Amino acid sequence: MSFWESFISYLLQGWVATLEILAISIPLSILLGLSLAVARVYGNWLISLIAGGFVALLRGLPLVVTLLIVFFALPKLGIYFSPFWAAVIAFIMCSGAYQSEYVRGAIRSIDVGQSLAAQALGMTKIQEVIYIILPQAFRRALPGITNEIIYLILYSSLAYLVGVQELFSIAKHFNSLQFRPIEIFSTTALIYAFMATIATLFFRKLENKLKIPGLETI
Amino acid sequence: MVTVWDYLPYILEGVWWTLGLVAGGLALGFIIGLPLSIGQVYGHRILKLIVEIYAWFFRSVPLLVLLFLFYWGIFPATGYKLDPLTCSILVLGFRSGGYQSQIFRGAIQSIGEGQYIAARTLGMSKLQGIYHIILPQALRIAFPGWVNEYAIILKDSAICFVLGVMEILTRTRYVVMATLEPLLPYFIAGGLFIALTYGGTKLVNMVYEKTKIPGLIGRM
Repeated sequence: MSFWESFISYLLQGWVATLEILAISIPLSILLGLSLAVARVYGNWLISLIAGGFVALLRGLPLVVTLLIVFFALPKLGIYFSPFWAAVIAFIMCSGAYQSEYVRGAIRSIDVGQSLAAQALGMTKIQEVIYIILPQAFRRALPGITNEIIYLILYSSLAYLVGVQELFSIAKHFNSLQFRPIEIFSTTALIYAFMATIATLFFRKLENKLKIPGLETI
Repeated sequence: MVTVWDYLPYILEGVWWTLGLVAGGLALGFIIGLPLSIGQVYGHRILKLIVEIYAWFFRSVPLLVLLFLFYWGIFPATGYKLDPLTCSILVLGFRSGGYQSQIFRGAIQSIGEGQYIAARTLGMSKLQGIYHIILPQALRIAFPGWVNEYAIILKDSAICFVLGVMEILTRTRYVVMATLEPLLPYFIAGGLFIALTYGGTKLVNMVYEKTKIPGLIGRM
């Protein structure tokens, strides 16, 4: 088999693993981001303090340190994860924390009249948040969330550090067999750039699709 | 019996290396990013395209891949055998240049075109207009985004441990290997990064307050 044939078939295996990581961590990180933001804005002082502390902690730590703590340090406390799940959990926590900042800002930017109107219609607080506030806040936070998801796609390469056989780790392994770093790592670079670009286009499309004409002026 | 605490000075020494990576990366990123942003706003069509491709590439490729590509591939192939620290600073800088170009571009574009036209009307050359009128305002507007870039590079600098730069995380991992005690060293490293993130951000924001022009933001 030629260099490129075996390289591409190798890489595809790694790419599948990367996509698995992303397929789980992207939706769950968005969910965590929304929950943290709601907890900080609407929770009582204790919940709000815990959520705020969690966000401050995760935003202060480099993702690689979070990942190494989850995989290497937590077992000392009796908490074990497989490499795959350690990576996924670290990515969800980190990205969720960053995303929650955008959502929180967006919730705060929604006019108080919306909340009053919901109450006047007899909605409970939970109904108000789910049906009135979040649909608007999510739309406003979407550009920021998109950015964080692009970061998440790029930083998924860190999973190699805990031994997940994903795109980068396969490329690195292949390089140690063949030692053609320029071809191998620039191809890998382009695959990541391809994923990031597709994601950017997808989320821009989603933004346009979800757009409510005139919402920006409220 | 050697404990983790005996290694504390050893880990703390890594703070200087981490700060060196951050300062080098930020400075190089500024030197690359600012001209790129001016090129992207005021430059020729082809120059704009080149800047866009540069910014796209360095913002769409993981730092991990860039580090390996440059350290094992591009630098040796072009005849430069760089040490891990220099290579890491260059890669952090190239990459930050891509991000900073977009921060500055946004700031320049947020300044009304009238400012530039007024400068030209007063007989200033293109460069004088950009240098004396646009940049002093744009750099102030870009400052909050630039502070963010500090926090981003700081956290990304930890990834440079894959090349063995003697920064905080590399040292932490050596201590873990020496003591077989993972919990405390990683918590110390985490604490240092948190302190540097929030402490540094606070410090830079103080500079921002000093350079602020009252009423500048929100006027345009």
